[in-house]
Amino acid sequence: MSSEGSYYVPEQSKLPIVASLGLFLTVFGAANWLNGDSKGPTILFCGGLLFAFVLWQWFSAVITENINGMNSPQLKRSYVWGMGWFIFSEVMFFAAFFGALFYVRTFAIPWLGGEGDKGITNEILWNGFQSEWPVMTTPDMAVNGDAAKVSGPGQSMSFANVDSLWSWLPFWNTVVLMTSSVTVHFAHTALKNDNRKGFNLWLGLTVALGIFFLILQAEEYYEAYAHMGLTLDSGIYGTTFFMLTGFHGAHVTLGTFMLLVMFLRSLLKGHFKHDDCFGFESASWYWHFVDVVWVGLFIFVYILG
Amino acid sequence: MAHGPAKGITRWLFTTNHKDIGTMYLWFSFAMFLLGGVFALVIRAELFEPGLQLVEPAFFNQMTTMHGLVMVFGAVMPAFVGLANWMIPMMIGAPDMALPRMNNWSFWILPFAFAMLASTLLMEGGAPNFGWTFYAPLSTTYAPPSVTFFIFAIHIMGASSIMGAINIIATILNMRAPGMTLMKMPLFVWTWLITAYLLIAVMPVLAGVVTMMLMDIHFNTSFFDAAGGGDPVLFQHVFWFFGHPEVYIMILPAFGVVSQIIPTFARKPLFGYASMVYATSSIAFLSFIVWAHHMFTVGMPVAGELFFMYATMLIAVPTGVKVFNWITTMFRGSMTFETPMLFSVAFVILFTIGGFSGLMLAIAPADFQYHDTYFVVAHFHYVLVPGAIFSITAAVYYWLPKWCGNMYNETMGKTHFWMAFLGLNLTFFPMHFVGLAGMPRRIPDYALQFADFNMIASMGAFLFGAAQILFLFNVIATIRGGKKATDEVWENPEGLEWTVPSPAPYHTFSVPPEVK
Repeated sequence: MSSEGSYYVPEQSKLPIVASLGLFLTVFGAANWLNGDSKGPTILFCGGLLFAFVLWQWFSAVITENINGMNSPQLKRSYVWGMGWFIFSEVMFFAAFFGALFYVRTFAIPWLGGEGDKGITNEILWNGFQSEWPVMTTPDMAVNGDAAKVSGPGQSMSFANVDSLWSWLPFWNTVVLMTSSVTVHFAHTALKNDNRKGFNLWLGLTVALGIFFLILQAEEYYEAYAHMGLTLDSGIYGTTFFMLTGFHGAHVTLGTFMLLVMFLRSLLKGHFKHDDCFGFESASWYWHFVDVVWVGLFIFVYILG
Repeated sequence: MAHGPAKGITRWLFTTNHKDIGTMYLWFSFAMFLLGGVFALVIRAELFEPGLQLVEPAFFNQMTTMHGLVMVFGAVMPAFVGLANWMIPMMIGAPDMALPRMNNWSFWILPFAFAMLASTLLMEGGAPNFGWTFYAPLSTTYAPPSVTFFIFAIHIMGASSIMGAINIIATILNMRAPGMTLMKMPLFVWTWLITAYLLIAVMPVLAGVVTMMLMDIHFNTSFFDAAGGGDPVLFQHVFWFFGHPEVYIMILPAFGVVSQIIPTFARKPLFGYASMVYATSSIAFLSFIVWAHHMFTVGMPVAGELFFMYATMLIAVPTGVKVFNWITTMFRGSMTFETPMLFSVAFVILFTIGGFSGLMLAIAPADFQYHDTYFVVAHFHYVLVPGAIFSITAAVYYWLPKWCGNMYNETMGKTHFWMAFLGLNLTFFPMHFVGLAGMPRRIPDYALQFADFNMIASMGAFLFGAAQILFLFNVIATIRGGKKATDEVWENPEGLEWTVPSPAPYHTFSVPPEVK
């Protein structure tokens, strides 16, 4: 390990190139799988395993360096900048999908329904299609009836009426996730006060809430597929619903996993000090970020759905 | 390890050194430049005469697509990241990039991504053939199976770009030497800081749009399918929300390079430093609200056409500020015309031509005539070739003596310049004429009246290609030997990079310099 002045410049490292290989094999396997090649899943699995292994090594190295005191305050700031802008890039990823939802609802569907100067498409191609959201009857169904290839959902996930609020699953999902944002903040406060027991307790509770959210989400998907006729290919409504909630769910899964790792690090290894806990803080930032995305989803996908 | 590079191949595979990684980026980019150049020469050879003679139309489409993708993502972007790696730490007095391991990861993703992209040429059904803009439904419903590999290649090179951008932001904001305030930073650093923000903001959107394609192709979603309530035009909106800032990603660092070089050879400080910073920021901001000027003919409400037309024209204002600054910097300077300066002066003139044809294209009603003609091809090649490519070339000549300690051969450099200058104008200027006369882009055959201009363009293209071989030869010769360069290399150039020895030691600024 070499230290350049006050800034720690790490020695040569095998991690980056092996990580590149792992990432490559993962996507190469995925592409082969999707294109129907029987070797695809194996390549994907090996690549994913290699990638996970490298990440494990990489994070261990960073943690060890920090514990050994090699990280100057300046280097720690670099990690803070890194995580902050990484989260911003995630925000922009979701922006693409929210943007698609807004565009479809504001422009594409009314035009397909015959509104405005682009409404000619209704007359010529999709005669009979009525502009509505959620789109229950797709343009394809309006024209081709039972022969349609793209059918709309049987039921939507939109908010029905105030009376059913207490039995409405997305409402409870919101409660669970909002609460978890508060508990992770309590965990942070506890750590700041050197209250290890409180930290573990609140953090453990946050992880539990995260898992509970995922269970509720799985239940919702099950209902959608099994009883509501709402699937990924149910026209544009199914598309936007599952892509937005699905990517959010994937991020909640990752966030829960990150918090779980932090929980285990604290519980088993006694990591984190009141003034040195950026691993935990970055995971909690990520958690707040997925929470904010959920609020957007709750409003635009469920309430105004 | 603290005192020098490791021996053998592991130096490159496992390195955490910003100079090594910068070197790898630059060589990788040059390799991709040659590959993309070969694709371009296939196109120009086919278009040498009317009629189909060398390649099948299907293969021609693969060539236009792969040429664009390889040049944008493989040649131009990595070249600028390579320059950033080499120069930013030295310019701000930092020991290295902020996150050195992630830096190496960003690089090593690229060879894998491009190997995967290039391998699509050998796949059944051929490589992507839908143009580098990959409009749906050409790239979804009607795409060859290799599109899946293309999508994942875009995903991982996007990850590489985002990590590279995060690294650059952390380096610039966190690693400056004491006294190096933001408004003292060299313009190359400033333009890269702003570029990095553009990258972080739009590469995830690109990832989003290719993900939508992937879902439409393999999981029957309806993003771009009107039958299910989606809209193919949605693809264009999301793509160009990425695509327009992307073209500034390829030109802002070029502005930075030229703003370093012109003051050195005009022997005057840059005319308006602060106005350059503000102009760059303005251009970056505007780049987010002009995307639909690529889509004037696709069917947008009139309010949209007008908004995007006026917003686009606004960009001419900060760009004009920049051109004004470069010219006033040269005005009454003691100018000399070494190779980097030649490329930079050509940059100012030819980029302005590209900017003016851009202004023509910005006029929505006029664009109905120009859209998808060779005029558009002429326009964006005038901003990319003498813009991005010339500035990268100028940067290499300007800093090569600092990198390897030897002076390049000036005669060969000037020959390279004049061949490239002549070649590119012969190639791209006639395209304005055939475009205005109605020759569509992306076709392997054309009407007889376009024959003469196309023949000139093809000859120019081969001249331009030959010039790059001379460039390669000159660079290799300089690395292997030549007149020793002084620490300053040029006459009183400004900047911290000229205070360290030539060649720059493996580790610079272990102790931060004091900037007054």
